[in-house]
Amino acid sequence: MAVTVRIPTALRRITQGQGEVQIEASTIGELIEKLEQEFPGIKERLLDENGEIRKFVNFFVNDEDIRFLQGKDTKLKEGDVVSIIPAIAGGK
Amino acid sequence: MAKIKGLACKECGREYPVEPIHVCEFCFGPLEVIYDYEEIKKSISREKIEKGPKSLWRYIDLLPVENPTVGLSAGFTPLIKAENLGKELGLKNLYIKDDSVNHPTLSFKDRVVAVALSKAKEFGFDTAACASTGNLANSVSALAASSGMKCYVFIPANLETNKIIGSLVFDPVVVAVDGNYDDVNRLSSEIANEFGWAFVNINVRPYYSEGSKTLAFEVAEQLGWKSPDAVVAPLASGSLYTKIWKGFNELKEVGLIENNPPRMYGAQALGCSPIYQAFKEGRDWIKPVKPDTIAKSIAIGNPADGPYAVKVAKESNGDMEVASNEEIIEGIKLLAKTEGIFTETAGGTTIAVLKKFAEKGVFNPDEIVVAYITGNGYKTMEVLEGHLKSPIHIKPSLQEFKEKVIGQTVKG
Repeated sequence: MAVTVRIPTALRRITQGQGEVQIEASTIGELIEKLEQEFPGIKERLLDENGEIRKFVNFFVNDEDIRFLQGKDTKLKEGDVVSIIPAIAGGK
Repeated sequence: MAKIKGLACKECGREYPVEPIHVCEFCFGPLEVIYDYEEIKKSISREKIEKGPKSLWRYIDLLPVENPTVGLSAGFTPLIKAENLGKELGLKNLYIKDDSVNHPTLSFKDRVVAVALSKAKEFGFDTAACASTGNLANSVSALAASSGMKCYVFIPANLETNKIIGSLVFDPVVVAVDGNYDDVNRLSSEIANEFGWAFVNINVRPYYSEGSKTLAFEVAEQLGWKSPDAVVAPLASGSLYTKIWKGFNELKEVGLIENNPPRMYGAQALGCSPIYQAFKEGRDWIKPVKPDTIAKSIAIGNPADGPYAVKVAKESNGDMEVASNEEIIEGIKLLAKTEGIFTETAGGTTIAVLKKFAEKGVFNPDEIVVAYITGNGYKTMEVLEGHLKSPIHIKPSLQEFKEKVIGQTVKG
């Protein structure tokens, strides 16, 4: 199941400048492992030392925050778009 | 003067040069401007500041800008001794910091945008952009217009009409996005990756957010160079609240005030209170929420600085509270009828929470308490529909005036 992953600027050095990559994965957790195989070093940017998604990293599946879905267990299907976005933005 | 050392990640401490970047490449933590306080201490003084411009730029030594070119009249808003409201709440030294009359667009956002766009110009950007709940869009639109920058603003499509008109009049490109502020913010983060624009609250956010410190600087100066005992401020992303705290701490650090920074009390709307919830549940992480409140200007369900706001509340021995829609409306009306200040829903939230804390007795009656009013009620008048008395309608007749007006309003 191929999904499109949108990569933020902060990680593009690891993806050789690519802003969008195609990955085969059925959950967010698996997607992170597959990303690591293709782009070594990306996993430690996304997960903290306990293997949890870092506090300031947000994942969205088709525009919905995975914290409103099933977190790392959120299921993926063919054609889904996963966005990785820094939490730090906006402000008042 | 080498007042700035660079940027550093608030999470892991990694250092970065002064560039239009806002996120740590390693851990995604927020980047913050780091100053050389030893160097600043050598040249800063109360006298020098007092002789400076009557705007936030009098504090340039503690701002990340070398050459201010945008928003030269922003800041330096009134600090009002709120005798009437104070009496109502049992506080003898209550003050209102009134940013509802900031220049040019009547909210505290004029401070942060003045700093952000002055910095953007230093970086060489020709286009300003922002994700906004309204006030920020107004300010970016106005200050981009006056400084000759191109401008794109992104807003939730359901914003109050007056706030949309308040941007459109300055002729930027206004993009109304189907979704809430968090959706707009996410889209803007993706757009900021692709275009070379100065997104004030994304890629120039480390500089932008520093502008809020001037809310602390001004209050300290206006009180005769001291920190108040307690502060009440609204919480949206948590940035303003944490920067007010940073501002008072910096003044102490460079020797401009002697007493300790204030206890920090934060106000959220009941229908969007992820920071309050984290604080009350003792979490240092934020569980995002889907906002449902009339206080749209502070309806951020996924607040970027939430964890830091929780930390500030703890460190300062402060607290947080929430206000319902009804309490927010009552807060707006209470400030208006006691102090003659018309604030918007964020200010209504702050006043409602100030009242709750006053009733709980968290303030000593003699303490200096400052409530921050960050936006203007004339922008969101529709929220008051159905909550105010109607005009007394009469024919142009003295008889009717006596019966209907005097008869009904003069007692005795």
